[in-house]
Amino acid sequence: MTQAEIKLCSLLLREHFGEIVERVGTLLVRAGAQPLRMLVGDTGLSLEQVKKALCVLLQHNLATFQLPKRGGVEYEARAERVLRILRYPRYIYAAKTLYGDTGELLVEELLLNGKMTMSAAVRKVADRLTETMEDGRTMDYADVSSTFVRLADTHLVQRCPLLPETPQGPPGPAPTLVLDEKEMYTVPRLNLTGRGKRRRSCEEEEEGEPRAKKQKADGEGSEPPPEDDGIYWQVNLERFHQHFRDQAIVSAVANRMDQTSSEIVRTMLRMSEVTTASGAPYTQPLSSNEIFRSLPAGYNISKQVLDQYLTLLADDPLEFVGKSGDSGGGMYTVNLHKALASLATATLESIVEERFGSRCARIFRLLLRKKHLEQKQVEDFAMIPAKEAKEMLYRMLSENFVALQEIPKTPDHAPSRTFYLYTVNVPASARMLLHRCYKSVANLMERRQFETKENKRLLEKSQRVEAILASMQATGAEAAQLQEIEEMITAPERQQLESLKRNVNKLDASENQVDETIFVLESFIHSTIRKP
Amino acid sequence: MAGSGRGRGRAAFTFNIEAIGFSKGASLPDAVCKPPPPFPSTDNKPVPLKTGEDEDYMLALKQDFRGTMKKMPYFLAVEEEREAIERYSKKYQSREKEHAAWTPDWRRLPREMKPRKKMKKASAKPRKANSSDPKSNLDVLKKIEELEKKDDEEEKSEDEKDKTKDKEGEDDDEAEEPEEYDEEEHEEENDYISSYFEDGDDFGAGSDDNMDEATY
Repeated sequence: MTQAEIKLCSLLLREHFGEIVERVGTLLVRAGAQPLRMLVGDTGLSLEQVKKALCVLLQHNLATFQLPKRGGVEYEARAERVLRILRYPRYIYAAKTLYGDTGELLVEELLLNGKMTMSAAVRKVADRLTETMEDGRTMDYADVSSTFVRLADTHLVQRCPLLPETPQGPPGPAPTLVLDEKEMYTVPRLNLTGRGKRRRSCEEEEEGEPRAKKQKADGEGSEPPPEDDGIYWQVNLERFHQHFRDQAIVSAVANRMDQTSSEIVRTMLRMSEVTTASGAPYTQPLSSNEIFRSLPAGYNISKQVLDQYLTLLADDPLEFVGKSGDSGGGMYTVNLHKALASLATATLESIVEERFGSRCARIFRLLLRKKHLEQKQVEDFAMIPAKEAKEMLYRMLSENFVALQEIPKTPDHAPSRTFYLYTVNVPASARMLLHRCYKSVANLMERRQFETKENKRLLEKSQRVEAILASMQATGAEAAQLQEIEEMITAPERQQLESLKRNVNKLDASENQVDETIFVLESFIHSTIRKP
Repeated sequence: MAGSGRGRGRAAFTFNIEAIGFSKGASLPDAVCKPPPPFPSTDNKPVPLKTGEDEDYMLALKQDFRGTMKKMPYFLAVEEEREAIERYSKKYQSREKEHAAWTPDWRRLPREMKPRKKMKKASAKPRKANSSDPKSNLDVLKKIEELEKKDDEEEKSEDEKDKTKDKEGEDDDEAEEPEEYDEEEHEEENDYISSYFEDGDDFGAGSDDNMDEATY
């Protein structure tokens, strides 16, 4: 874990879970697996606080525990999972585009709570949806359940590891949770009947009232344990990443060629969703006939046109689609790793262009194409005067976008008899840029927190005024009184608030956008790691 | 001799300087004497942010999520200093927070995570006995017996727990610490400082076993 990543983890934990969890989490990320008493000693917090913080981290899948051979329990943080907190808005929005408001709220509740049983999630979401509906209408549990089942079928949510069915011998210090691969997405048979409830105490429906009152008084304890007790669900982030990757590939094809070819690629990816493993370099081969049958209903292109498109895609130098055989009208696959590499390279190129200028970008693209070039060759191919070319190359070299490769002519590596070739090492540059992205996000978050802290007094004042206004409006006040309350905030203060809001929004939007770059680079780097 | 670097009083490089692109006799750029500035001026300004419906919605989602997380029971804030003036609204705010407290599923967590409840239950009993019964000698004796029994119970339960927890000895110290603290909290409310007289310490007059001897 680099310093930048640790800093970012600690900022994210502090913002979402508070200082205590941040101290414990940062220590775990920094120091690796630790037993409980080391945590208490090193963080300087009390035992109770450390226990609570660990419970929170374990609940949200940000930490795990294991039983090492020498006994006791060790806790370990999952740093890359902590960094995913940046991407939560993107997950929720993707769920919205795929499954509507119900899906969006289900994923949001699961992310807010880490893991939940299906019944609890369905109940909460039904209540939330009922709040937003017009008076008198409530959300049925069955609708929410069916959306949940659909989410599980497409593997967007998965089961958490379970307690073993039969107790194995004397209970140890910690349970060993097991997860059967086949059971990961099976939804338990539940008999969830009911409708969502509103939170307000004045209920329009008669039968809802006594039930609602009982719930407030007793809390959860008096109700019988739900049928799916012990079966917890969590969001399957890997599947969301696959979805984002597919989206990126489709939009890249659309930019490079046209809408129809992007639809063809989208169809191919959709057909390979369940048959392709997550880390596979290319999808399973699909025949042209199959693709023709699976095209969306609106597209009525003929078979010959489809074949022409596929041939064009396969011949494209970017090699998103490859032809792997001729049976069935031609067997085609989508080259996932090559596509990720192209996306990452395009990101690198655009960063060089924006940072150094278009001439530097020309040299960069030249080096990508020709792999290794000498100083003189660079000047000739790029058609840039020697002095400027030299300066640009050295600038890029100092920022580690470009590397120098030495090829000695003699075994003594004498500098006068050695070739020095410039080259671009794409995985290394990608890693360097990823590190820079983490630093950027950390800087953005710090700046946003600083801005909010500077204007804390003003923000509190405006919140109080809003609360007063809302309560006065609810009780029915005249316009003159409302006007008076509004004038409590002076005009320059209002301007200050406006500019603060604008800045905070800008910083937040920047964080979201940097996270998109982080996603592309991370996916590429993951694809280059060879699994043992 | 050869290549000593001071031939005819002029510097010479060990390699052909043409290879890196400097023509013979051209001036080399200035050597860098200090680290680069922390905020260098950028000639190329960054591209403006993406704007659109999607981005606006995701921005709103992000801010909402942050706000909601702060209100969840998972957000453990360090308790702030007591305010100078007790606000009336605090009475209602704190009750809401208690209502939303969260208990994890203890079956899925290691056993050491569960907060130790034994102390509070055991000490609640003598407390109730204290307040309900009128003070009399018999009751005082009974109470002393109960306290002795409570100590024995704690010793036994502690031993059991220690065997099942880590085998190292450091755990004993840790197990004792919260217990000692709780004891001090839950002892009788009289004017005596409970830490003044430790169990087993001799202070001034030693053990008054033999009352016949006069103490000086």
